[in-house]
Amino acid sequence: MALRRFDIEAGGDSFAFKPETEPTIAFWLGKYPEDKKRSAVIPLLWLAQKDNAGWLSEPAMREVADRLEMPYIRVYEVATFYTMFRLQPVGKHHIQLCGTTPCMLRGANDLKKVCEKKIGKKMAVTDDGRLSWEEVECLGACVNAPMVQINDYYYEDLTPESFEEILGKLSNGVDVAPGTFVDRINSAPEGGVTSLKDDACYDGSRNSIARIPNLPEATKSEEPPAEAAGKPDRPAPTNVDREEPTKQEVKADSKVVEQDNAEKAGSAEVPEIEGDRPEAASVTAGEEDNLKRIKGIGPKNEDQLNELGIYKFAQIAAWSDENVKWVEGYLAFRGRISREDWIGQAKALAAGEDTEFSRRVDAGDVESSQEEGGN
Amino acid sequence: MADDLFKLNIDGRDIEVPKSYTLMQACEEAGAEIPRFCYHERLSIAGNCRMCLVQWKGAPKPIASCAQTVGEMRMNPDGTPPNILTKGDYVEKARNGVMEFLLINHPLDCPICDQGGECDLQDQAMAYGRSGSRYDLNKRAVENKNMGPLVKTIMTRCIQCTRCVRFAAEVAGVEEIGMISRGEDAEITTYLEESLTSELSGNVIDLCPVGALTSKPYAYNARPWELRKTESIDVMDALGSAIRIDAKGDAVMRIMPVINEEVNEEWLSDKSRFIWDGLGRQRLDKPYIRENGKLRPASWGEALSATAELLKGDASRMGIIAGNLVEVEQAKAALDLARSLGIQSTDCRPAGAKYGLDGVRERYILNPTLMGVEEADALLLIGVNPRVEAAVWNARIRKAWLWNDLKVGVVGEPVDLTYDYEHLGIGADSLAGLFSRDSVFMEAFRNAKRPMVVVGEQALLGDAGLDVLNAAHDLALEASAISEDWTGFGVLHNAAGRVGALDVGFVPGEGGADTAEMLSGGVDTLVLLGADELDLSGLGSTKTIYVGHHGDAGASKADIILPCAAYSELDATYVNTEGRVQMTTQAVQPKGEAKDGWAIFRALSDVLGKTLSYDSDAELRQVLREQNEVFAGLGFAPGASGHAALKEAPAKPQGLVKARPFEAPFADFYLTNPIARASKTMAECSLMKRGLETPVAAE
Repeated sequence: MALRRFDIEAGGDSFAFKPETEPTIAFWLGKYPEDKKRSAVIPLLWLAQKDNAGWLSEPAMREVADRLEMPYIRVYEVATFYTMFRLQPVGKHHIQLCGTTPCMLRGANDLKKVCEKKIGKKMAVTDDGRLSWEEVECLGACVNAPMVQINDYYYEDLTPESFEEILGKLSNGVDVAPGTFVDRINSAPEGGVTSLKDDACYDGSRNSIARIPNLPEATKSEEPPAEAAGKPDRPAPTNVDREEPTKQEVKADSKVVEQDNAEKAGSAEVPEIEGDRPEAASVTAGEEDNLKRIKGIGPKNEDQLNELGIYKFAQIAAWSDENVKWVEGYLAFRGRISREDWIGQAKALAAGEDTEFSRRVDAGDVESSQEEGGN
Repeated sequence: MADDLFKLNIDGRDIEVPKSYTLMQACEEAGAEIPRFCYHERLSIAGNCRMCLVQWKGAPKPIASCAQTVGEMRMNPDGTPPNILTKGDYVEKARNGVMEFLLINHPLDCPICDQGGECDLQDQAMAYGRSGSRYDLNKRAVENKNMGPLVKTIMTRCIQCTRCVRFAAEVAGVEEIGMISRGEDAEITTYLEESLTSELSGNVIDLCPVGALTSKPYAYNARPWELRKTESIDVMDALGSAIRIDAKGDAVMRIMPVINEEVNEEWLSDKSRFIWDGLGRQRLDKPYIRENGKLRPASWGEALSATAELLKGDASRMGIIAGNLVEVEQAKAALDLARSLGIQSTDCRPAGAKYGLDGVRERYILNPTLMGVEEADALLLIGVNPRVEAAVWNARIRKAWLWNDLKVGVVGEPVDLTYDYEHLGIGADSLAGLFSRDSVFMEAFRNAKRPMVVVGEQALLGDAGLDVLNAAHDLALEASAISEDWTGFGVLHNAAGRVGALDVGFVPGEGGADTAEMLSGGVDTLVLLGADELDLSGLGSTKTIYVGHHGDAGASKADIILPCAAYSELDATYVNTEGRVQMTTQAVQPKGEAKDGWAIFRALSDVLGKTLSYDSDAELRQVLREQNEVFAGLGFAPGASGHAALKEAPAKPQGLVKARPFEAPFADFYLTNPIARASKTMAECSLMKRGLETPVAAE
């Protein structure tokens, strides 16, 4: 960090907040009592910087001081203390290049060279006024190192080549969508997920009630505990607008997976589990039973069983003890199949009878057994 | 009792101190010496220099003693008082570490540094510093800043203690100094290097523990150990601040404040501090006589007989006006001679204020005392701007406003006093019915336990002067401000010589003319005792004799000039605005053939054949003490002891309504007297104040 001084010349004589900023100023001022309004100095300086093309001129700082009835020197102290307040003009696209250890280890120094080549020295603005850069401390996106922040957005997983391309586009007036620049979603692994692929990780089915020795047996819960229910929300990536071919590739892959479900079912690599694996069957589409009619099987369990090639009540009804043991191991549901009497239920359902639970499912009363259900 | 006290064991000695004490104060109470840079008794605690580290047995780290309140400390596990060590290897090592860091970026320029020889960092480096540096890298360098004509900056020396920042914000009340940037780049500066506008800015020089802020006029002039130091009294305003005059040979090199809690605490106004170059310029060093319109040097004998000749005429057509800086001895001798010659036209109120005629001392001194403002709960200022008339006292008002919730009301010019006040009107007319006026301040004033009414000289000028004085006195009586414990009424003077001259009775005698009458042709012969702030244009053919030390307005008009000594050159008595009798001490010899003021009149009396009874200043003071008991006690302010004299209600004011608004006391704070007008430094300050300063780049 070098000495920071106001660029008096570039600052001109006057500054005025944009009319559309006024409500935001009023919002910040409204947070503090009238006699303590100087508390709003940082938000107001920030707004002034936004309204002044990304940097804080001396008249802008005075405007803030006047509004807050603060001595100029007190605002000056704040403005010079926080390096995010820039005291000299910056380009239309101001690049904050993270140079802290993780980014440095992942090649931030190469990005710096790109900046020096394409833009010039730190805090210098290109002749066309489009670009400027500075090195900053950690921006908290180490998992996507090396990265830069351009104005308000992060550009991640850069290489000198991709960074140079971004700078080229920006200096030609072409907008570049932010986000990562390699084959990954946000900070997910490159090339797609490599672990935790199993949906059972998310349906709560692996939650087992901890058993503490010598305690009276816990009351059996009818359904998995509510907090365990549900796969973690996976919100849509925020950078969906980004033109990125890699994402489509990922999608295409997953379709293939779905199509080859049955084929893969038999050969799916599964860890070694005690017991015998039940036999897989192949069924034509439309012939599968709704396994969710069995109490204890939700959509996720159904999918998993389908993956094992189990589609019919009759298959479950025919499971041996060894099969049960294996499936419990596979689903990480120790003791649950016998406790919930899947085989008994399946026998009845296979015979065309209804159970109390299946009637409720058929009536649509059991939420967790709905197609869109979360269980 | 025990609730407010806290037991500590400091260096093996048990001690009990109030809980509000800081650990540093407790250690000093126990006799330990704690080094410090950022801590200052009169400023808020910053705790950033870390030099005052002590060991608290059981604590994981050394403790910054300045920032640790004793009452918040914990007992030892066995219930015994906490053990503090201010010496020993542990403390030594901690302080050595701090000192090493302080010195990492500090330049080794003590030989050319003005602070050298009186530098806290230098002294403490002797105790805690290493003999050499372990730091091989480049040292930090900081650009020097402009802070105006008084404060010179060499910012590379700064150790960021922020004393100056806190002084400006807290004591001076002008938030102009700040610390910008952060970490290694932190710098002390004014906003965009503008000059300081405070009248107290010079105090940052004393506060700076290193050589970062030094005196610009004094730069490279002298070394502290070659200066002769004389404690004396300042005469730039009527406060009588305690000062130390540092002189080398025959020249005053600088003036510093001395602690006097009752008057100036430890501050000094810029005028008092930087006036000293005026003591060496424009001096009257020999008598002059005007011949054919031109002044020519003369011998004392010549000048005295010429003066005597002028004083031999009709005594009723002669007058004497005493100026603002006249010491008691000179006023006394001049007055005694005047009366022996039958001259009744004597006046010590050159501006024409209407006090002192009734002979009641309490009606022209500041009875509540300067320190009293800290006990007051409502202060009414009438026609007075303490910021320029008594800058140091203004800081005390601000302190009371800040910490004691003092309410202030002002009748007069609405100026920036560095604290909030309610403006109640601009002139004397606002005083009519003021007591029962419906306002926030007057409400507080009516309910105040210790209300204080202070009238300035400006309010007492002109025809309505006495009415204003009476109205103010009345207000104090109405607010029950006059009692044995509290006398909340007084006059704030702005001239050092005024109260002393009033005390010797330097007012028109029977049938005598006052200043205005004398100046409008009421006399044929006029003696001016250093009276320069006068409009002499109406004198016409009046012969004037100027007794003074500077060639100013009075001297340029005079027919005879008799040079006398300035306040730094004689032992003289001054009475401050509180009625506190104090004495200056001679620091240097009078210039050339100049004599002590009283001695001139003693010699003159001899020539006139009316020899005064005293042959030395000691004898003169003896006479003073015999004639007026106030001169018997030195350094003492009467305060509430004179309350009885104020009990009686004054005459009802008549002419308030017609009176003009109160005006600013001086056109220019920096140029109020002949010494100041001779000072280059004050001229620069004046230019700066008027916005005419050419911005000077930092050196």
